[in-house]
Amino acid sequence: MTETIVKLADLVKPAAVAAPFVLSDEERHEIEHELSHYPDSRAASIEALKIVQKHRGWVSDEAIPVIAAAINISAADLEGVATFYNLIFRRPVGRHVIKVCDSISCHLTGYEELRDGLIEHLGVRLGGTTPDNRFTLLPICCLGACDRGATLMIDDDLHGPVEPAQIKALLEAYP
Amino acid sequence: MSLRSAADPHYQRPLTRLIDRAAGPLDLPGFEAENGYSSLKKSVREYTPQQIQAIVKDANLRGRGGAGFPAGVKWSLVPMGPDAGEKYLVCNADEMEPGTFKDRLLMEQAPHQLIEAMILVGYAIQATRGYIFLRGEYIVAADRLNKALAEARAAGYVGKNVLGSEWSFELFVHTGAGRYICGEETALINSLEGRRANPRAKPPFPQIAGLWGRPTVVNNVETLMNVPHIVLNGADWFKGLSQGKSKDAGTKMYGCSGRANKTGTWELPIGTTARELLEVHAGGMRDGKKLKAWLPGGASTDFLLPEHLDLAMDFDTIAKAGSRMGTGLIAVVAEDQSMVSAVRNLEEFFARESCGWCTPCRDGLPWSVKILRAFEAGQGQAEDLDVLAKLTKWLGPGKTFCAHAPGAMEPLQSALKYFRHEFEAGLAKPAKAA
Ligand SMILES: Cc1cc2nc3c(=O)[nH]c(=O)nc-3n(C[C@H](O)[C@H](O)[C@H](O)COP(=O)(O)O)c2cc1C
Ligand code: SF4
Ligand code: FES
Repeated sequence: MTETIVKLADLVKPAAVAAPFVLSDEERHEIEHELSHYPDSRAASIEALKIVQKHRGWVSDEAIPVIAAAINISAADLEGVATFYNLIFRRPVGRHVIKVCDSISCHLTGYEELRDGLIEHLGVRLGGTTPDNRFTLLPICCLGACDRGATLMIDDDLHGPVEPAQIKALLEAYP
Repeated sequence: MSLRSAADPHYQRPLTRLIDRAAGPLDLPGFEAENGYSSLKKSVREYTPQQIQAIVKDANLRGRGGAGFPAGVKWSLVPMGPDAGEKYLVCNADEMEPGTFKDRLLMEQAPHQLIEAMILVGYAIQATRGYIFLRGEYIVAADRLNKALAEARAAGYVGKNVLGSEWSFELFVHTGAGRYICGEETALINSLEGRRANPRAKPPFPQIAGLWGRPTVVNNVETLMNVPHIVLNGADWFKGLSQGKSKDAGTKMYGCSGRANKTGTWELPIGTTARELLEVHAGGMRDGKKLKAWLPGGASTDFLLPEHLDLAMDFDTIAKAGSRMGTGLIAVVAEDQSMVSAVRNLEEFFARESCGWCTPCRDGLPWSVKILRAFEAGQGQAEDLDVLAKLTKWLGPGKTFCAHAPGAMEPLQSALKYFRHEFEAGLAKPAKAA
């Protein structure tokens, strides 16, 4: 069976440089816009995390207290939210994130072959990032495109059905 | 002639009739030219909120998110009157039930229909605000909904004094960040408040105390999108859409995935048989293979057999056969595919997506995965067949904090019932005597 387990030690490695984290004006502006959508600022926590991630690729530990202050909740509360949702990345990811659907309809239409093909082509396990920092490979639950299984998303783009033989050509579009 | 009238014989597919995938979704002028927003106008100008609730109750519109709860009854629990204060309408657009791909199509191709529906239902319960809770991966849908919403706002359909009435309504698209459990309506409310998506205890039901403690209605995309058509054409028209195939009313977004020839999603009279879905619309199984089993409506429904194909796909008929219609999009397993492996895949999904709040689910699901992996590898232990059977009870209805774990047990218990021989084939072979 394919190794899917991420080692704990990998998860707790400290970030390389601990420069003080500052929100950019653009990030601040976008977070303030989200705050206007809710009567309670806490409700903007997921959007705020997503905004920072959009600009930086992931959400570092240093970012948490700063984002929490911007939406006026405790850092501990925001940390709890940031660790709950799988689309919030707490470690750096590659330039492109591949999310391969591992749910039942894709299981029935070739998920395991597709996953193994990706692992072989990229040389990383699920959860891993290629050494050139180009791709991160993640499993994802049903992408709501089951009629096109086996499916995957690369960044914001949905693809399906994808056969293992098509992987090489498909990935070439993501330099 | 307006297509959007009860007299029009083509108006049998209210949800999809304006959908043209090649052309893409209609913008506001295009939608209005097809009578779009006329139902909202009629509602606000001619009907009281209570009258709309009564029409929808009479139409017997049952929830399309999986449980089939009558929408009109759900709304009738919402406190009404001038002192009711802040109230919320939330659209459940989290669509993460494996095997389900209907709301994506509706939102990507008919965003204005959902916006109109949200405003209209907002009016019917006199909500002050609405949120569309959209799963984070639906990038195209988010973009198109936001565009449609901006057009609707500019036209005065959303905002202060909707269409010049006394009633004001704000509407927002909220996008999620993953986790299947967000689809459970009370977990969704926690998530929308910016918390971890653990479900809440019921009662109180959201209609009494939901989002920020205020009365809240949560409805599925497809449920909501039926409402403007019901108000425009009447309850009897809606009941007639099922063409006598079911005592349920309306159409249903059905679909088929797995190894079938023409997988897809289709709007058909509710009560259409699964055989018609598979053999007519999906063009039968691929490569001439035989059907072994099928899930009627998502990962959390019991498997059925080929002998059940002639059943009407409606809530009560599929329940009588020991399963649930769920979301109504079937997933088919071919004769040469392993049930043990399919169930292992399903339970891996449920184990990963458990929110971790209660012990039977958090610990029981990984236990089932461990056992299923052993059976798949030919290392199963006879006692573990009993453990699996017991787990279906220990994680069954009433034993856990929400319906996630009981849902997870449905495919497992039915696979054990119908395909025990496949599990037995995965028992470890006794070591040969020396
Ligand atoms: C674990 C779990 C996941 C669910 N996921 C969804 C979902 O993705 N979309 C949905 O509409 N309903 C989902 N539901 C059902 C909702 O809790 C709720 O019943 C539904 O949104 C009500 O809308 P309706 O009455 O219009 O069907 C889920 C329920 C459970 C227990
Ligand atoms: S049944 Fe599972 S998903 Fe539901 S509350 Fe318990 S742990 Fe969470
Ligand atoms: S199961 Fe893969 S897209 Fe639905």
